[in-house]
Amino acid sequence: MNFVFSSIAPALPEIVLLISLSLLLLLDLWINDENRFYTYVLAQLALIATGFSVLTGENGQIVTAFNGLFISDAMARTLNIFSVITMGFVFAYSRLYSQDRGLFKGEFFVLMLFALLGIMVMISANHFLVLYLGLEMLALAQCALIALQRDSKKATEAAMKYFVLSALASGLLLYGLSMLYGATGSLLIPEVANAIAANTIDPAILVFGLVFVVAGLGFKLGAVPFHMWIPDVYEGSPTSVTLFVASVPKIAAFAFIMRLLVGALGALVNDWQPMLVIMAVLSIGLGNIVAIAQTNIKRMLAFSTISHMGYLILGILSANNAGYAASMFYVASYVIISVAAFGIVLLLSRHGFEGDRLDDFKGLNNRSPWIAFMMLLVMVSMAGIPPSVGFFAKLSVLSAVLDAGYTWLVVYAVIFSLIGAFYYLRIIKLMYMDDPVGEEKLVTEPDHLILIGLNGLVIFILGIVPQSLIDLCFNSIAHSFR
Amino acid sequence: MTSAVMLFTVFAVILVISALGVITARNPVHAALFLVLSFFTGSALWMMLEAEFLAITLVLVYVGAVMVLFLFVVMMLNIDLDRLREGFWKHLPLGAGVALLMVVEMILVVSSKQFATMTSVSNTTGVSNTQELGLLLYNQYVYPFELAAAMLLLAIVAAIALTHRRRKDSRYVDPAFQVSVKASQRIKIIKMPAEKDL
Repeated sequence: MNFVFSSIAPALPEIVLLISLSLLLLLDLWINDENRFYTYVLAQLALIATGFSVLTGENGQIVTAFNGLFISDAMARTLNIFSVITMGFVFAYSRLYSQDRGLFKGEFFVLMLFALLGIMVMISANHFLVLYLGLEMLALAQCALIALQRDSKKATEAAMKYFVLSALASGLLLYGLSMLYGATGSLLIPEVANAIAANTIDPAILVFGLVFVVAGLGFKLGAVPFHMWIPDVYEGSPTSVTLFVASVPKIAAFAFIMRLLVGALGALVNDWQPMLVIMAVLSIGLGNIVAIAQTNIKRMLAFSTISHMGYLILGILSANNAGYAASMFYVASYVIISVAAFGIVLLLSRHGFEGDRLDDFKGLNNRSPWIAFMMLLVMVSMAGIPPSVGFFAKLSVLSAVLDAGYTWLVVYAVIFSLIGAFYYLRIIKLMYMDDPVGEEKLVTEPDHLILIGLNGLVIFILGIVPQSLIDLCFNSIAHSFR
Repeated sequence: MTSAVMLFTVFAVILVISALGVITARNPVHAALFLVLSFFTGSALWMMLEAEFLAITLVLVYVGAVMVLFLFVVMMLNIDLDRLREGFWKHLPLGAGVALLMVVEMILVVSSKQFATMTSVSNTTGVSNTQELGLLLYNQYVYPFELAAAMLLLAIVAAIALTHRRRKDSRYVDPAFQVSVKASQRIKIIKMPAEKDL
C-alpha cells in the first residue's frame, strides 16, 4: 500500500499545530523563567503557522482525508480560522495576569494549544470516534488548565466538578453513539445519515440513542438542565483560563452540534427539535434570571453564557440553513464579545488582586474612560441593544425561529432578553454613575490595550455593518450542508 | 473428547480455581499472584479462540505491567487483610444474591435465540489476526490512532503540570551553588572597638 501525501493534506492545519506544539514543549525546556516571554512568542508563532495553513488549504471544495474520517469544508475552515484568531487574543490578554500568578509557564501554552487541537479536530470530524476523541482532548486539556493554579482551593474544586461532570457527559454521549452505531452499523457520519434516511431502521432505537446524544451535547454546551458546572468553573478557575473556557470551546460546541445533529441525525429533526426547544427555553429563562442575583462578574457572565447558549440553540432548532447560519453568526459574535469582556476583567486585576467583583467596576469611567467605554460596548452588545453586533445576532436567530413557526418562542426570548438587559445595564451604571472604590491605577501593557481597542473596534464595526460576517456564515453553511 | 475441548477444560478449571484463590488467599501477595495466574490462563483461552493479539496484549499489559505495579503497591501498603475481611459474613447474603442474579442473566443471554443464531466470523484473509488489526489501525484508522497518541502526550503534560513541584521544605543542596561560594561570603569582617577586660 502506497502512501500519498495528498490523502492527508487537508488535515495540514492540525498536523502543523501538533508538530509546533510538540516543538514548543521541547524548546520550553531550554527557556528559564526570566525568558518565558519567548515561549509566549513561540506559542503565537505556532498559531500563526496554523492559521496560515488553514488559509492556504482554502480551495472552495469539500475534501475528505484519512479515508473519509476527516472533512474539510467551508464551515470547518471558517470556524478553524476563527478559533485560531480567538486563541491568539486569549494568549495576549492572559499574559500579564498569568505572569503575576505563576501560571506563565510552558505547560499553560502547551495545554491551551492541545485544547485548540481538540477543537479543530472536532470542527472537521466526519466520524463519531474522531468527534469523541476531539471532545476528550479538549476536556482533558481544559480540566488541567482549570486546576493549573494548584494552591487555589476554588480552582481545584472547579476542576474536580468539571472532570466528574464531563466524564458523565462523555459516558452519556458514548452510550447514545453506541446505540446509533448498533442501529446504523456505521460510525462514519455520511453513512449514518444515509442509513437513517433509508428509513428501514426501527425509530425506537434511533430516538433512544438520540436522547443520550442530546443530553451529552447539552452538558458540553452548558445548556439547562445540564449547566451546573458552568458557574463554578467560570468563577473558580484563574481568569486567564476562564477567558479561554468562555470563548473558543463554544465554537467547537457549535461545530459539534452541526456535525452530530444536522450532519448525521438530520433525518431525525422531528425528534430532536422538541428536545432543543426545552433546553433553549430553560437556558434563556434560568440564565437571565439567576444572573441578576450575582455579585461576581465571572459568575454573572457564566449565567449570561447559559442564556446565550439558549439563543444559540434557537437558531439550530429552526432546522434550516438560514437558522444554522444565524446560529453560526451568533456564536461568532458571542465569542468576539466574550473575549473582550474577560479581557477587561483581566485588565482590572493586578498583582494579588482579582478585580472580579461587580463593585470593582464602580467608577471605572473616572479611572480609565477608554476601558469603561470598551466595557460599555461589550455590555450593550451582550444585552442585544441596537445598534450592536449582539442585537444583529439575536435578530437573525429570532427571525429564523419565527420562520420556523415558533412565534411563542420568539416572544418568550425577547421578554427574557429584556429582563437580561437589567444586569448588563447595571454594569454600565456602576461604571458611569458610581464613585470609584479604590484609586489604584490600572496596571497593563500597551499590547493588551491595543488589542482590547481592536476587539472593541470589531464589535463596533460589526454593530454598524454586520452583513459581511452574516454572509460569511451563510455561505459557509450553504457550502457545507446542502 | 477432542484435544481442544480437553485443553479448554484444563484451562477453565485452572482459571476458576485461581479466581477463587484471588478472593480466598489470606496473604494479599498470594492473591495478586493468583490474579496473575488467572490472567495468564485467560490469555491461553483467548489464544485457543485465535485471538492471539488480545492474548499477547493481556499478558504484556496486565501481567507484565499492571500486576507488577499492583504487587509493588500491595507490598508497600502492608494491608491488614483480617480487618478487610471483617464484614464477610455480613455482606455474604447481598453478594450471593448479586452473584445469583448474574448467573441467571448469563443463562438468559446464552440460551436466548439471538445468541444461538450468531455465526462465528472466521478470518478468511489469510493473514494473522495481529497483522489484520495492525493494517486496520495504521491504514483505515490511522487518524484516530494518532489522535489517541497525542492525547497520551497531553495526559503526560497535564499530569506533570499538576503534580510536579519543587518542595519548599526539602533541604536539598545545590553543589553548583556551593562551589561558587567566594571567601567574602564565608566570613564577614566587621570593625568594632576592642572590649575591655572585666
